[in-house]
Amino acid sequence: MTASDSFPASALLDVYRNTLKIKTVDEGLRRLIMSGAIHPVFHPPTGQEIVAASMGAVLEPSDYLCTIYRGLHDQVAKGMPMKLIVAEYFMKTTGACKGKGGAMHLTHPASGVMVTTGVVGSSMPIANGLAWASQIKGDGRVSVACFGDGASNIGAFHESLNLAAVWKLPTIFLCQNNRYAECTTYEDATSSKTVAERAAAYGPNMVGVTVDGNDAREMWTAMRDAVARARAGDGPTLLEANTFRFSGHYFGDQDPYIPKEEKEAEKAKDSIGRLRQQVLDSGVATEADLDALKAQFEAEFEEAVEFARASPDPGLDEIYKDIYGAA
Amino acid sequence: MSETMTFTQAYNRALDEAMAADSSVLLLGEDIGDKEGGGTFKVTAGLSTKYGERVRTTPISEQAIIGAAIGASLAGMKPVAEIMLMNFITVAMDMIVNHAAKLRFMSGGQTSVPITIRTRTGAGIGAGGQHSDMLEAWFCHTAGIKVVVPSTPADAVGLLRACIEDPDPCLFIEDALTRTVKGPAPVANHRLPLGKAHVEREGSDVTFISYGRPMQDIRKIAPRLAEEGISVEVIDLRTVSPLDTDTILASVAKTGRAVIAHEAVRSFGVGAEVAARIQEHLYAELKAPVLRVASKDVAVPFSRVLEQEFLYKGSDIEAAIRQTLEPRAPR
Repeated sequence: MTASDSFPASALLDVYRNTLKIKTVDEGLRRLIMSGAIHPVFHPPTGQEIVAASMGAVLEPSDYLCTIYRGLHDQVAKGMPMKLIVAEYFMKTTGACKGKGGAMHLTHPASGVMVTTGVVGSSMPIANGLAWASQIKGDGRVSVACFGDGASNIGAFHESLNLAAVWKLPTIFLCQNNRYAECTTYEDATSSKTVAERAAAYGPNMVGVTVDGNDAREMWTAMRDAVARARAGDGPTLLEANTFRFSGHYFGDQDPYIPKEEKEAEKAKDSIGRLRQQVLDSGVATEADLDALKAQFEAEFEEAVEFARASPDPGLDEIYKDIYGAA
Repeated sequence: MSETMTFTQAYNRALDEAMAADSSVLLLGEDIGDKEGGGTFKVTAGLSTKYGERVRTTPISEQAIIGAAIGASLAGMKPVAEIMLMNFITVAMDMIVNHAAKLRFMSGGQTSVPITIRTRTGAGIGAGGQHSDMLEAWFCHTAGIKVVVPSTPADAVGLLRACIEDPDPCLFIEDALTRTVKGPAPVANHRLPLGKAHVEREGSDVTFISYGRPMQDIRKIAPRLAEEGISVEVIDLRTVSPLDTDTILASVAKTGRAVIAHEAVRSFGVGAEVAARIQEHLYAELKAPVLRVASKDVAVPFSRVLEQEFLYKGSDIEAAIRQTLEPRAPR
């Protein structure tokens, strides 16, 4: 590691801020689902916050993101307004997608959230296209494709990594390895020891890196390096962020297939608590600052919920809208 | 002016004119650069030399090709992707059906996917079961994508140009067998509207509805039948989906009879949809059952005799038209 050594305290705080924001939205939405207020099909990102938070802290608002059905943390970290997310979860016409996309298809180009796909692996081919456009225009933007370890076994992964390497695209393939492809363990589904080592198959244009995605320093630094590489025109990176998924594949999945000890061990790591302590130790913020931040996000979330509650359902005429554009 | 061009020249001309007019038009596909011979069917010949990096030869990766086109279109480009043969489009179905066709709707209109997918297919060339299928009905079954099939070189120029400029994903299907057929060349920058069928020949006894290859057949059959006093109104759909129902119904309301022909297999096809719409609206005015002419419900065979047996024939079209005119008892 060369350029990777510096991790400014401001970045630490950025990552923590994003993490806290993700946690607020995730926990808030679960409470609403549990209370019966909303009923989306929901794939919680609980446990993967720091991965997305670090990504968001490195990217510019103009950079592109293609994420997947487990994408709430990515969308929040990329800067999607809370109101638009929450109203979409409420299936209201004021949601980001007018209530027509839902949790699995949140889109907000103004924040760079270009696609959220419900199909495993399909973020990757599209992220390449956005990166290709940036390469042609020379606009310096990078594209991030988020996906899970399970998606590293689908054909789109191979086609996309190969094309990105051959064309030297500014694409960052961010594999959030939470060890479970839906209900199947990493080992039972994946032939290689790590996902990142597969990068070697795509030649010198592709770099593969594995990091502890729940460690802010490691994750932020690796993301910064991948982004710098892409912006410089040096090619794509396959960045594997090891993390963990605490709430099942979908909300309501009791994940009996995850050994209790494994989950307990992950809980004991208390990644977010550790991050908070790092922030405090660095002196960049005080307990009071962080409490104020938490209160601020909670207030923002409550405001978003009020906004969503007060919003109308989509009009029935919406069913025939947005199928074709005006020629 | 008596300038003529083949279908292949027509596609090339539309791409060339589109690229010259708009720098956001990009081409991608397998073997499409001049270094690789300008495309398996030479449709893109000369374009990479003329437009450089805007024409990109890809790996044999249909998902990655369509994904790249989608992504680039989300960033404001107008990509034209070539899928060498239509059967290979199956590899990219997720990208086309789940993404290209639906992103506008699922994003509540925030994004759109103005891509064109050019592909080639058609039986009768001895290519067997995985290089010959007309699969247009699959895509007509998906809202959000337009399906376009030209039947003359001039229409090919006008329709392909319209696809490229359209704000939505368009699937443009080129017929392999008739690629060297010539027709009058259109004026420069010719465009035709999408979603609009063309009444190519006016008639009063029976309406013939088709697109693509069977249009070549009817252009020979209709004048011959006219000599016998059978007046056929000929409608070229040009855009198969969205279907121009109004033009079809206006014609069948007049003639009271309809024959639909397509090269694709018969069952669950475009013909069934057209027939359904006609009877839904015009049941009382129909003088005969609406008939379909199509290829047989089997895989495209390799053997020449079997392949010919598989394909619909011009004689089937003529027989169907005559059948609708047979006297029948009043209902």
